[in-house]
Amino acid sequence: MARKRYTQAINEALFEEMERDPKVIVFGEDVELAIFGDTRGLLDRFGRNRIRNTPICEATLTGMAVGAAAAGYRVVLHMMFSNFLYTGFDAIANQMAKLRLMTGGQLELPITILSGYGGGRSNAAQHSDTPHPLLMNLGGVNVAVPATPADAKGLLKTAIRGRNPTFFMEASGRGGDSGEVPDGDYTVPFGKAAIAREGSDVTLIAIGTMLKPALGAAKQLEANGISAEVIDPRTLVPFDEDTILRSVRKTGRVVVVDEARDRCSAASHIAAILADKAFGSLKAPVKRVTVPDVAMPYAPNAEAKVFPSEANIVSAASAVAKAA
Amino acid sequence: MTTQPSGGPTPEQSLALYERMLLIRRTEEKLSADAAAGVLPGAVHLYIGQEAVATGVCMQLKDSDWITSTHRGHGHFLAKGGDVNAMMAEIWGKKTGICKGMGGSMHVADLSKGILGANGIVGGGLAISVGAAFGSKLSNDGRVTVCFFGDGAANQGVFMECLNVSSLWELPVVFVCEHNHFCEFTRAEQVTSGEIINRARAFGIHAVKVDGNDVEAVWRATAEAVALARSGKGPCFIEAETYRIKGHMEFEKELLAGGKYRELDEIEQWRARDPITRHGERLVKAGIATAAQLEEIGARVARQVEEAVAFSHRSEPADESLVFDLMFAGQKP
Repeated sequence: MARKRYTQAINEALFEEMERDPKVIVFGEDVELAIFGDTRGLLDRFGRNRIRNTPICEATLTGMAVGAAAAGYRVVLHMMFSNFLYTGFDAIANQMAKLRLMTGGQLELPITILSGYGGGRSNAAQHSDTPHPLLMNLGGVNVAVPATPADAKGLLKTAIRGRNPTFFMEASGRGGDSGEVPDGDYTVPFGKAAIAREGSDVTLIAIGTMLKPALGAAKQLEANGISAEVIDPRTLVPFDEDTILRSVRKTGRVVVVDEARDRCSAASHIAAILADKAFGSLKAPVKRVTVPDVAMPYAPNAEAKVFPSEANIVSAASAVAKAA
Repeated sequence: MTTQPSGGPTPEQSLALYERMLLIRRTEEKLSADAAAGVLPGAVHLYIGQEAVATGVCMQLKDSDWITSTHRGHGHFLAKGGDVNAMMAEIWGKKTGICKGMGGSMHVADLSKGILGANGIVGGGLAISVGAAFGSKLSNDGRVTVCFFGDGAANQGVFMECLNVSSLWELPVVFVCEHNHFCEFTRAEQVTSGEIINRARAFGIHAVKVDGNDVEAVWRATAEAVALARSGKGPCFIEAETYRIKGHMEFEKELLAGGKYRELDEIEQWRARDPITRHGERLVKAGIATAAQLEEIGARVARQVEEAVAFSHRSEPADESLVFDLMFAGQKP
């Protein structure tokens, strides 16, 4: 174990997977210098046949990922900010997500798409979105939302070695956070949630960037005599229902914390699953702490107003815990 | 493939071109009749009149070369060596279909023949072909990727992006623009500025225009383009002028409620330039075949199409459970 930054863990996974398999290639906008630091140094080690800067042309990049994967490569495509997925969405939604079924299973598309998501840094509306709900709704792609450096490394390895397209959502605001990362080669399986903290009174389900404030909220709640269990789903597709249902059957009270906009968010989807499968265990309505259905504003005070905070989580959890 | 010193096809190749075009034509005439009878499960977009383009291009390719196709993709599929029974069964939504009935007319694909798939999105194949060619460039595997698209797709922004990146990285891709004069239900000139070929030239791409209703002209232009692309000199562009004899889709008359975007005599003028009739006449004139021999080929093709239909009819319906098995590899949705 050693303490490493989130971005550093991603960088290590890329180095190790590119060493391990010559069919792994990385391309995207500015991957050679890497503004997030995640692809830094790969060029010197592997050269431009394995990693290269592309023109700024997202509609083509996502389609090229499909073509290169069909031609036998394990593609890692870096889309920089998640908002740029929108300009590349045709090949994502119409090709990548559907080709396997449409071709009767002839095609396998081992594609990993990296993109930074989330707000909180005055990047304004076009660089702050959290679009995992759109991706979850496509049907044919996996969605990984690692919250910790250890999971970032292990989930990225699983994505790159996998047989299906995966969106690897990088918590850009958390890129500098550090945490313990296991030594040596390891993977983290998809569809297996992590219990980040055990508790008995209320379950906090925290997605990606929201794990840190949820853990902070759990501490505050403890001081108020409320024991919170914190669950990190780690992947939204596939989704580990069992771990969440087990926790909810124990606590009967739930807050889902998601940085996506509220309408049709991962939070609302999880709430629907609970209504469907854990109705009898619920002692209070399921609460969602999300971003309201607005564009992320620029001014720090305005952004803070709509951004899910530790205080929001504490207040939602307290209300749920008190509800009869 | 060996060609004549003139760059044209050998007599055997000429006959093969004729037979392949005829197979596409007769298959689609049957599909047209079945669409009119209302018995096909979904819509079909027919290639009738454009057969020389797919055939002239694909018969210059190896099985290992890739193609990407369009929503009007039956011709490309058959020209690249796709199986007519498996395609027909796919269109009928059968288990024996090339995509197990999961894709249908607009998505026929056969990876074993290098057919990366027809595509329901106008311009959808462009970036996929560039990605496949990028893979070939990295592997240095000697493959060429041919991207078929229409004058409609040439107005998509992704087209410009693909010309840029493929020229920049000298990728082994041949862009074949089938200018059939119609962007769905709109005349191409109404929605297109300038000459499409000049868009390719602007990126420094070797580009030629060819009579898309002359299979030998297409064959010769493709031989040159494929050789250039295979030699590592980067992409080539062919604009093949042809004409869509049928509508955007079968059944469109009913949808358009009497509205029309072309005159019937225009269709008749283009029928006079029919690529199959023209090539057949050329074969007879050159003494490569007699009229009787062409009729024999016609009879053989007709039997093949009849068998494809019979095969489809006697095949079982698609396996519904595959919807859940095929969405992901080794994973449930």
